[in-house]
Amino acid sequence: MAGSTPASLTADTPAAAVVAPRKNRPTSPWQEAWRRFRRHRLAAASGIVLLLLIAVVALGPFIWPVPINEIDFAAKLQGPSWAHPLGTDDLGQDLLARLIYGGRISLAVGLAAMVVAVVVGVLVGALAGMSAGWVDAALMWVTDLFLALPLLPLLLLLMYLFRDHFKRLFGVEGGAFILIVVVIGGLRWMQVARLVRAQFLSLREKEFVEAARALGASKVRLVVGHILPNALGPVIVAGTIDVAAAIIAESTLSFLGLGFPSDIPTWGSVLRDAKDYLDIAPHWALFPGAAIFLAVITINFMGDGLRDALDPRRVL
Amino acid sequence: MAEPLLDIRGLKTWFKTDDGMVRAVDGVSLSIDRGETLGVVGESGCGKTVTARSVLKLIDMPPGRFEAGQILWQGRDLIPLDETEMNKIRAREIAIIFQEPMTSLNPVYTVGDQIAEVIELHQKLSRKQAMVGAADMLKLVNIPNPERRVHDYPHQFSGGMRQRVMIAMALSCQPKLLIADEPTTALDVTIQAQILELMQEMKERFGMAIMLITHAMGVVAETTQRVVVMYAGKVVEEAPVGALFGDPRHPYTQGLIRSIPRVDRSAGRQARLESIPGTVPSLLDPPPGCRFAARCRYVMPACTQAIPPLKEVAPGHKVACIL
Repeated sequence: MAGSTPASLTADTPAAAVVAPRKNRPTSPWQEAWRRFRRHRLAAASGIVLLLLIAVVALGPFIWPVPINEIDFAAKLQGPSWAHPLGTDDLGQDLLARLIYGGRISLAVGLAAMVVAVVVGVLVGALAGMSAGWVDAALMWVTDLFLALPLLPLLLLLMYLFRDHFKRLFGVEGGAFILIVVVIGGLRWMQVARLVRAQFLSLREKEFVEAARALGASKVRLVVGHILPNALGPVIVAGTIDVAAAIIAESTLSFLGLGFPSDIPTWGSVLRDAKDYLDIAPHWALFPGAAIFLAVITINFMGDGLRDALDPRRVL
Repeated sequence: MAEPLLDIRGLKTWFKTDDGMVRAVDGVSLSIDRGETLGVVGESGCGKTVTARSVLKLIDMPPGRFEAGQILWQGRDLIPLDETEMNKIRAREIAIIFQEPMTSLNPVYTVGDQIAEVIELHQKLSRKQAMVGAADMLKLVNIPNPERRVHDYPHQFSGGMRQRVMIAMALSCQPKLLIADEPTTALDVTIQAQILELMQEMKERFGMAIMLITHAMGVVAETTQRVVVMYAGKVVEEAPVGALFGDPRHPYTQGLIRSIPRVDRSAGRQARLESIPGTVPSLLDPPPGCRFAARCRYVMPACTQAIPPLKEVAPGHKVACIL
């Protein structure tokens, strides 16, 4: 025993020196999740692709300043070329410019609808989770009711009923945007509400919430400061998937002709216009389809990565 | 004599359940003087914790409900106060620490943030000043490198260290009474001793009173001046600590003391550690008479007729037993 002591001491010293600088830097749970997310290859790669896509639609008009509605019958239904990298449609309009413009709308609708869904879901879920009894029961009943509604027919009906009203209130493009965001977000909050309620039901019984209450924290402070931050992990994952679902929903609406006005290109409406020319100009449908596919699949992969990164039981 | 700091009179905290009314605390009276350490002992399920939480009104209502009684804090009854008024008393006047240090800290904030939140809430200080205060508090509870440790998260602390952080949080506003609800139960023996020593040190420093809830009789013997023994929602014996261990009157107290493992007595012999047979009765519609009757070795017919009142048998020593 005595003989081994000096040996272990010398062995400990360099190890302690290596450990010491790491201990100086405490990692918050969010930093830790970020570290784990970066290790998830597919999600990290998806994140980069998605960022590129966002950069293209955000900065595209400055690099490719071609108007979206310049009609040129001489160049109609052309395949990809140097003048039109993604080809042209039946009016000779440049598809790259139209897809960049449409991507702005599609991604903006996706994000905004997700925000609506998450805000409504968190409010409903938190209210239900904090107030046991009949309020909880009523809110969950409403949630189940919404979950039972057939989504697509209802979307179409709501768009059809309120389109003109919103057009009058907020203008052609603004009205369509607000209506689509509210309708899609308003029909997608249920999952978030259920998740948040379940989280709240378990978190509100945790000792640290009781401890904070015992030290004089008000109910609002308990909910916003102590319970909600601990419930956010699953909400972030659900929100990410919601962005993808909202992009699909918007494309579906536009494809069916009930989204934005037909002269405003979105990924879905370009796809709709292209469907009649599939045999002579397949590129026209291919590119918007690919754009939707790329956006949705990268967002879903990121959701996967976030779920793994935010799951404390998984070793990464 | 001056009025006690905390005076609980005939408190009844009942819980409404589907099966009926659970009388978790059923007519408890106890008082704590300034600077005094009062031990509250009893088995699990005796109403100790419910009594402690009632003082800070941390009982969920419903299902809980104050059926009767008063909780006089420096002469003022706390029962009619609303949440806003209670929040002025919590931490600033009465603070509590819980049994589970591992889960009593919020995992998403640094310990400094959590201590600073309490300071900010009650003392109207800026965040920066509060963080300095938080580091001071960590130093006070003997956490090494306090300036660096305030930026650490709870998962970077051990159980004993977290209990120190909890104590720092609880004491950050210098309360007059600290309620410690089994503060050492979840910790191993050497850490238990350190935490009890720390509480003693803090008590002398701030001159506060402590209500120490525990089921470890050894802890009571070492740290308290006066002891209240609870059984099935009622106080069965109350005595200065010396009298309680020297001359326990209630059969339940006697049983508790006999069940302390003694290193000196059983050495070398095949002695069996004594226990009290049976368990605490259901507090759902309890039978008339003494609640300990079913487990008592001296039970007589009169025991099941009426609940024996608490009566004084010696100065400061009260027992609820007809013996």
